[in-house]
Parts: sequence; C-alpha cells; structure tokens
Amino acid sequence: MALIRFTNKGIYCKQGDFYIDPWKPVKLAVTTHGHADHVKWGNEAYLCHELTKPVLLHRLGADLNIQTLRYREEITINGVKLSMFPAGHVIGSAQIRLEYKGEICVISGDYKVEYDGISTAFEPVKCHTFVSESTFGLPIYKWLPQQVIFDQIGTWVNNNQEQGKTSVLIAYSLGKAQRLIRGLSETDRPIYVHPSIANLNDAFIQAGVALPETIRISPETRKEELQSGIVIVPPALADGRWIKTLQQAATGVCSGWMQVRAGRRWRSADAGFALSDHADWPGLLSAIKATEAEKVFVTHGFTATFSKYLNEIGIEAEEVKTQYGTQEEEVEVGSQGNPVIKEEAD
Amino acid sequence: MKRFTELIAQLEMSNKTNDKIAALVSYFSEANDLDKPYVIAMFPGKKPRRPVSTALIKEWAIELSELPPWLFAESYHSVGDLSETIALILPPPAKTTDLPLHQWINALGDLNGKDDESKKNFITNAWNSLDMQERFIFNKLISGNFRIGVSNKMLVNALAKQSHTESNKIMHSIMGKWKPDEISYQELIEGAHVDTDRSWPYPFCLAYALDSQPESLGDVKDWQAEWKWDGIRGQIVKRGGELFIWSRGEELVTDQFPELHFLAHELEDGTVLDGEILSVKEGKVQSFSVLQQRLNRKTISKGQLETAPIAFFCYDILEQQGIDQRGKTLAIRRKALLEIIKNIKTEGTVVLSPVVEVSSWEDLALLRADSRLNNSEGLMLKKLDSLYHSGRKRGDWWKWKINPYTVDTVMIYAQKGSGRRANFYTDYTFAVRDGEQLITIAKAYSGLTDQEIKEVDAFVKKNAIEKFGPVRTVKPELVFEIAFEGIAESKRHKAGLALRFPRIARWRKDKKATEINTLEDLRQLLNSTL
Repeated sequence: MALIRFTNKGIYCKQGDFYIDPWKPVKLAVTTHGHADHVKWGNEAYLCHELTKPVLLHRLGADLNIQTLRYREEITINGVKLSMFPAGHVIGSAQIRLEYKGEICVISGDYKVEYDGISTAFEPVKCHTFVSESTFGLPIYKWLPQQVIFDQIGTWVNNNQEQGKTSVLIAYSLGKAQRLIRGLSETDRPIYVHPSIANLNDAFIQAGVALPETIRISPETRKEELQSGIVIVPPALADGRWIKTLQQAATGVCSGWMQVRAGRRWRSADAGFALSDHADWPGLLSAIKATEAEKVFVTHGFTATFSKYLNEIGIEAEEVKTQYGTQEEEVEVGSQGNPVIKEEAD
Repeated sequence: MKRFTELIAQLEMSNKTNDKIAALVSYFSEANDLDKPYVIAMFPGKKPRRPVSTALIKEWAIELSELPPWLFAESYHSVGDLSETIALILPPPAKTTDLPLHQWINALGDLNGKDDESKKNFITNAWNSLDMQERFIFNKLISGNFRIGVSNKMLVNALAKQSHTESNKIMHSIMGKWKPDEISYQELIEGAHVDTDRSWPYPFCLAYALDSQPESLGDVKDWQAEWKWDGIRGQIVKRGGELFIWSRGEELVTDQFPELHFLAHELEDGTVLDGEILSVKEGKVQSFSVLQQRLNRKTISKGQLETAPIAFFCYDILEQQGIDQRGKTLAIRRKALLEIIKNIKTEGTVVLSPVVEVSSWEDLALLRADSRLNNSEGLMLKKLDSLYHSGRKRGDWWKWKINPYTVDTVMIYAQKGSGRRANFYTDYTFAVRDGEQLITIAKAYSGLTDQEIKEVDAFVKKNAIEKFGPVRTVKPELVFEIAFEGIAESKRHKAGLALRFPRIARWRKDKKATEINTLEDLRQLLNSTL
C-alpha cells in the first residue's frame, strides 16, 4: 500500500495517521514550513522543525500543541519513521522523509537548491517516491546567483539615493525578508523593516538565529531617516497608503515572477528583482534526479507541463491538485484564525 | 550593446516620464557616438528589413535549448513575447562581447541575402556571447520590432534636453529621411540633413479645445472660422519635383492616396500645404468610417478608390517657393493659399477648406449646431493675425467641437457578453490618462461591428493581464473614441465625473494609447459646459 495519498484535507499518511501541510483541521499536522498556504490554524497538534515553531507561535497563536524535530532527527509514529531534512526554502523549512517497511517517501514542501546564507542548505534525500513542488517549473525560470541580484539591488538603491528617492523593497516577511536583510547587510546602509517583519525577526532571534541588525519602523520613524536606508515591507503593503506617504518612494518587488518582463509590468513596481525562494527549472530537475525516485508527484505550479516533461525524460511523474501556492499575497493570521492585513506601520 | 541594454533596463524600471527622459538624456550623453543615430532611428519605428524569419529563429532556439517543441510553445505562451522567451530559454552564454550596438545592427543587415547556414552561425554565435538582457535586445533587433514605451515626443524632449536644442528643430530633423549609417549624432541634432532632404514636413500647428464662451475671444472679426473636419490631418510637400504626403502621426502616406499624385505636376516646387484628407463623394464630405477603409493598406484596389474616393481640404500654406511662410499671419497665408488653389487645374480633389463667414458669435453658434450635417465635428477658430506655431499652443487656435462630445480612451478591462455574444469579450471599460495613471471613465457595450468585436476579442484573449472573476485586465493598447451626450460631476466615480450615454463611436486604430485624452481635458470640458 502506498505510503501517502492525496485527500481533500491534504497529503495523508494512513499507516502513520497524520497529514502533511493539511489545509483543513486534522489531529496531527506535520508542517514543512510556516507560509500561510502550508499551515493552517485549528489542528490539534503540529510537528515541525524547531525553527518553524517560533513562526507558528507568532502566526497562529501561543496556545498550540507543537512538537519539534531537528534536521535528521528521527521519530516513529505508529510504526512510520519520520525525519526532516533541510529544504533551503526559508528558515526552518523541512522536507519530510517517511519510511515504512523499507518504503521511503519524501515530501519536499517548498524548496530551493541555492544556499541563501540564512536557511539551512537544501539536501537531496534518496527515496522511492518524491513529492515536488513546481512553482517555477518552466525552462524560462533560471535564477542568477543571488549575489548578482544583491548587487543589482545595491546599484538600484544607490541610484535612488542620488535622486532623493526612498528605496522600498517588497518581500514576504517570512523568508525573503530575512534573506534580503542578510544579503544587503553588506551595503552598510541601515535596514528599516515593517513591524510584521520585525516581529518575526524577534521571534527568530529569540530562538537563537543570528540576524543582522535592523530598525523597526514605528509611527515615530522620520521619513527623512528612511530615505538614506533600505526599507523592507511585505506584499500586503505594496499598494497601500503608507508607501505613498514616503518621500518619492521607489518600489522594488523581489520575486521569481520578476524574471519575466510582463511580470514586472503587472506589478506596478518601479523595479523587479528575480529573487526566489523556490527552485528554478535546473534546480527542480537536479533535485528530482538526485532523489533517484521511481515516482514523482508534482504539486502546485506548472504541474501539467512539468510532469509531462518528467515523463518524457524517463521519470515517472503525475500531477496532483493541492491548495498550496494558492495564496499569492501573504496574509497574517491573527490568533482567532482571522486574516489580518496590517496597512499601517503601527 | 551593454550601454543600450542598460538604457532599456532603466526605461523599464520606471513608470514616470521624468525618469525615462533622465535615462535617455544620460544615454545620449554617454553612449558610443556611432550608436546614437541607430537608437534614434529605432524609436520612431524606422523598421529595417528583417534578415531572418521567425520560424528559423524559433527552430534554432529550440535546437540549442534541447527542449521539446511543445515545451518551448508552453514557455512562449507563459512569457507572451518570442524574443524574450528565446532569451530566457537558451543555455547561458559561454563568451562575452563588447561589440557596439551599431555594429550589431549593421551585421544583422548584412545577413540579408546570405544562406541559412551563415545566418544560423551568426545568430547562434551571438546568442552564445550575450547575456539574457542583451539577447532579448538582440532578438528584438532581428525582428525590427522594438517598442519599449518611449514615444517620439519623449525621445525628442530628451534629445532637446541633452543637446540644448529647440525641440521642434529636433522633431524636424528626426522626422525626415535619413539613414543611421550616413549621419552623425551631431549632424542629426543640428538638422544638417534637412536642407538637402526634400521630404521633410513641418510640425503641425495644433489647437486646444475651447474652454470658455467664444465671446471671451473678443471681436469675431479678428477670427477666421472653419469647419473642423473629421479625417486625417495631412501635409503635402512638393520639392525637387517630388511629392510627399505626411500624416499627423509623422508617417509618410504618399502611396496610400494616388488621387493626390497629380499634384507632383501641378504644384510648384517648394510648396507645403496643411490640410485634411477626407473621403468626399459628389462634393459631400463622408464620415470618418468611409475614409477608414482606405487607411493603413499596402495596396488600394479599384473598388476602394470608387467606394471611398478622397480629397484634400487645404487649411494653410507653410512653404511657398521654398520659403518658410509660418512667420506670416494667417490672413496673409490664406491669401497666398487662395492663389495656389486657383492655379490647380485638376478640379474637385484639392480644394480650400471653406471659411465660415459670420458677423457675430451668435450666428456662428447657430451654424455650429448643424456641424454634423456636413460631417464635421464643429468649428475651428483661428486668429487672423496668428502665426503657424509648432505643436500645441494656447490662445491663437481653438477647437470648438459640437455634441456629441467625444473622448479618445484606451480599453483597460473587458468582460464577456451574454446570449449571442457569450463567447466574446464585448463589454469594455475605458480609461483616460491622469498624469502617470489610467483612470476609468466609461463602460460601453455597443458600437462595434461583429467583425470588430471578433478582433477585439482576439486581442483580449491574447493580452489579458489579470483575472477578476469574469473581468479581464488587458494591456492598455486599443484606443476607442467614446461618444457621449453630456458630462457631469460625480462623487461616485473615481474620476470625479461621469459621462452621459457613453458609447463607442469608433475604434481608433490610427491612434496609440499615448495619444488618448486626459482627465484634465474632460475637466475642462466639464467647466466649459457648466
């Protein structure tokens, strides 16, 4: 019998009686990472990497039943051996490895293969069945090394500076924001972050993650002060009023979708930087080949195209409908499970 | 090539006109001098001949990328632009090159007539030497189809700023006939070629819409009133035995109007006339839709010549016996124009646009109310002592249009219709320009023929940007003239005003989205109708 099945609640392991990243409330939710489309409020218990715990506490509320694992630490649930391996997507993101009677299955969650300097580097895991994402599963998506992108951002910031503009980067508060903070700390410019990012940073710092220094934006922060630094805000604020109150804000969206010109134009940003926390086309292919899996299930993204291609190159693949990747904008979830989009830096 | 690539990136990085002009100014200050005329030639769409077919380019890109053709097609579908798809999909380059832009363009031109094998060698070698951004530009250069959101006007303003030259002089210079490999940037800026080049037109004198009562203009006797014709504004240039017809879009349209070719024999050398190209049958001016059948065609059939014959209604004379007349007053120019038209022997095709003679503004208002009867849009009021200005200038010339009012808008949303039209996008939302932004001004369902609906539908399906339920956001590209009966202030609409009975008057295929009306135009109209 197969080790996992795809149900209307999410990916289910019957032998172990738990779900991986379910989108409806269940008894035990094994959680790959803390993005809103992978973890929901209302599960009886959570099992996640130790660095995802602060994210869940911060986002879903303090009274959660959370058990944590370190990378490569193994536990057994109803006879199924479960362990976590770094997915390189965001801090604490994990691939879930399941083993039962010699059968091995790995669920990738979201992953990228390039080491970003802040999330533990992706590690391929040999398995029989691999569940892969395909967010950027088209050959047009090939990332440049992140240092090249950071240099581009640095040049952009300098140009803005010369023209008296305030540089505002739009980045997810979990993952992209920390990656930018690390990457841009070398510019020696003060980095100002929106409170939703600052709160998350504080949670990571408390959990022992070393992060470069940033300044939390508050109502007292002077706009002239921001002008000489770099401002990072989450996507929910991209079109909000707050940015309009800045002195000549120049906005730069950091996202893999910025690889394509049309993507840059659709987001009415001034600049787009193709910086992604997902694997690009070569990354997906190399990761999948490294698993030596006999069967690949392709979840969210260009599932049909990518699985068709895998089959053509001799890797048995099948597309799976999931609810991952459906929330394009990041939404903060309040303790009552209600989405809260904070418009103002309060 | 690298500096040009940087320019394109900068132009894409901002939505603001000032930023784009600043990027152009710094480009023209820093770039290789030999490259500059090529870049200027690129923007007004002086298309070079395409040296390699799209099919071959695609074939070679697929071969190099080692991808199955279906996957290439999927990628193209996702990107929406062939040049960009190829740039993204090719393996990373193994070499770099610093070949300047003009050498690339010339090398591409030299490919014409060579065999496919040499073309392939050249193109694939180029791909292997250029990074992603440069490749994209290189591919655009092959296609000769470079459109990057810089209007002629913006380019001219940037050149004027960079070289501290008057913008109309530059407009002059770049509008004429010149070849980038035969002229230097400095010569182009100075307009060194325009004396030897016979075809060059003058910038058109344009009018603002009258935003107050005509009485405010003073004595009616100081003004010349003419019908405001609804055709194609044109300039007829006869120099050195050759005839040139320019449209207001700065395009040479001589071949499209054979009815006017006789002027090559009948006009004196050194004559330039300003007027309107109209479809005229048995002395009666036809509506624009009749004329439209004649526009933008490579060949004109006999049938078209019969169903939509054209004539030229002369407004003004800009050059006589080789001498610029624009510094003389309208009264003097009109007299000279009269003489010239009198001397034309072929009758009925090139005529004076009649002056509307009245003794009071009230009489004029009465005549204006009937403008539609002769298929005009209202009246033009030109001050008798006015000079012929370059471009739009307030005070001397006014458009005094009649109801229904019209406004040129761009389509930004589309929605499918119902019933018979359930499979077609038939319901559109239109916007005007408000500074850097587009602001919706009207929704309209009717006014297009079934054929036009099919065309718009195909455009929407190809250019949909975002989905909001059944509504598609589309690339703001298609320009429609919206007719309406009135305009009123409105708190409910974002624009702050609402149009009464808006409907599509016509699809302005001859206009670009940069040429649409502004919210300010509508506010002015609102004030003048209060």
